[in-house]
Amino acid sequence: MKTVEPILLSGNLAEAYAIKQLDVDVVAAYPITPQTTIIEKISEYVADGELDANFMLVESEHSAISSCLSAASAGARVFTSTSSQGLLLMHEILFITSALRLPVVMAVANRSVSAPINIWCDHGDIMPQRDVGWIQLFAESAQEAYDKLIQAYRIAEDPEVRLPVMVNTDGIILSHTYEPVFLLEDSEVASFVPWKLYPLRLDPENPLTMGAFGYPEYYFETRYQSAKALEDSINTISEVDEKFGEISGRKYGTVSPFRCEDADVILISMGSISETIRATVRKLREKGEKVGMISLKLFRPFPFKEMISLVQDVKAVGVVDRAFSPGAAVGPVFNDITSALYLSKMSVPCVNFFAGLGGRDVRMAEVEDMFEKLKEVANTGVVKEHRYYVGLRG
Amino acid sequence: MIEIRWHGRGGQGAVTATQLLAKACVKEGMYAQAFAMFGPERRGSPVVAFTRIDKEPIDVRSNIYEPDIVVVFDTLLMQSVDVKAGLKPGGTIIFNTQSSPKELEKDFPGFKIGAVNATEIALNRLGVPITNTVMLGALVKTTRIVDLENIEDVVLERFNVKNVEAVKEAFDKTLVLEG
Amino acid sequence: MKKELPYWDEMEQGFVTRTLTEMINKTGTWRTFKPVIDHSRCTKCRWCIIYCPEPCIHMEASNSDEKVIIDYDFCKGCGICAEECPVKVIDMVEE
Repeated sequence: MKTVEPILLSGNLAEAYAIKQLDVDVVAAYPITPQTTIIEKISEYVADGELDANFMLVESEHSAISSCLSAASAGARVFTSTSSQGLLLMHEILFITSALRLPVVMAVANRSVSAPINIWCDHGDIMPQRDVGWIQLFAESAQEAYDKLIQAYRIAEDPEVRLPVMVNTDGIILSHTYEPVFLLEDSEVASFVPWKLYPLRLDPENPLTMGAFGYPEYYFETRYQSAKALEDSINTISEVDEKFGEISGRKYGTVSPFRCEDADVILISMGSISETIRATVRKLREKGEKVGMISLKLFRPFPFKEMISLVQDVKAVGVVDRAFSPGAAVGPVFNDITSALYLSKMSVPCVNFFAGLGGRDVRMAEVEDMFEKLKEVANTGVVKEHRYYVGLRG
Repeated sequence: MIEIRWHGRGGQGAVTATQLLAKACVKEGMYAQAFAMFGPERRGSPVVAFTRIDKEPIDVRSNIYEPDIVVVFDTLLMQSVDVKAGLKPGGTIIFNTQSSPKELEKDFPGFKIGAVNATEIALNRLGVPITNTVMLGALVKTTRIVDLENIEDVVLERFNVKNVEAVKEAFDKTLVLEG
Repeated sequence: MKKELPYWDEMEQGFVTRTLTEMINKTGTWRTFKPVIDHSRCTKCRWCIIYCPEPCIHMEASNSDEKVIIDYDFCKGCGICAEECPVKVIDMVEE
């Protein structure tokens, strides 16, 4: 357990510090709010000689992720970061990165997508990236962002995994809030994620072809192989979290339940909103209400088994989505949760709450309202309305 | 938990003030969050920032609607912003003003009031009307939420000795009226 | 007999291939016409080496002399070298 004093850092600055300690070789990025202060700080580290990396200020996010892909295919440890439209611009290369099994790590400061233009938090940018084949971790605090980024490299570079990883932090809410963060020693980070030349790389001494044409006879197997790797990576993700707990005293799990043991109703959420829900659960528990919550820390691969074991004896489940999936009957996270329930032959009544889009603040009072609605479902066993739009006018 | 809302104008350093206060709190072993309502920032436009302080880890992530303390960087702001909105009964409000707490009492009855001419101190000590460090001195005098020494330390880490002098002067000159 | 195709878990990660197929698969059999250089008139300007898309034209040095050589194992007979040659000393000859 560490005894050093915490340092006041924003989520972004904590992540930048992690990158310095991880001794990355190549950073390629393009500025976009609210991610910008991460790469701004890293560029300072490079300019001041504190980080020996090639810092590439490229002309777009498409080039940023392409540069990272290329550098990783040469064996380098790489980093990039983006938000919102930048992440959308990266989209096509994200598929290639995972299919080529390159351990690129990216910090995403989650922000809404245009239009209208809006710089605040929601998950509208990450949800279109559900199927790109990346591991997607979610943090709830600056501390967790720092910790997760360190874990991300160990997961990505693991020979059993070899997949790119995104660390998601809610833009503005986490990226720009200053709070105390406990840092590891440089040497601890170095021994937790030792730098080594990535084995699956382009090497003139040992030539190989990457990104070759895949005929129908090969394409199916290749895609299955990386999809399978993503599904199986959950074991390594849990192991790395466990090992990280041993050196830091902090571990998070793929799902993080709070007061679920005897709960009648449970709210499931991702990102910073989980913190406010946890605070609300604490408050309602003091009044004797049997409520609980689950913070989803890992979105891809989706922790089906872990999730199911927590909602077994619950009378109603609420799922908070911080993004729309227009045209679908429900939100993206709700979709996964209900699939998990269906596959386990469970028929728990579920309600989908849409909240916090475009940075709309979600207050404890609104979380209490969500629990009220869930309690009604639990009491009657009837879902009158399966979607609620929290705080929507009209 | 103590929740503080800061009203300033772009360029007065309200966002930095929240961070410095949070840093001083962390130094004293407390937990803190320093954040702001971000938007298209422009010099001179109204700015709202927040600090949340607690002895226990903080897990609320919403903005602050019912603050215990409000800090007003500029009384002109009161023409466009309701600075006491949601302020808890018996809460504290601290002004950069040429008026005395007694004169402000009629508009802010029932609140503890701190008043200091921060602009004058800033102009004398720093040569610029950037009042954030000065207002930190006034905040500490009025509320004693952290030790003055710790504020001086974090101000010195971020700025220089002139700002520390400004903090001290504000601490000495702030007039406090118990609500 | 044709080799059975590999199972998904027998394939290398990331669809990496190490068989160097470009060295094994000799594409010289694809030609209808082959380029032939008249070395007596060749100025050794290297223009054909630059233009060859394969690339299968290179300079070979021997006894202080040098000579432009076409590797017919890989030349697909596209004719770009003949087209681009500034002194027109490359002829496309039917195989």
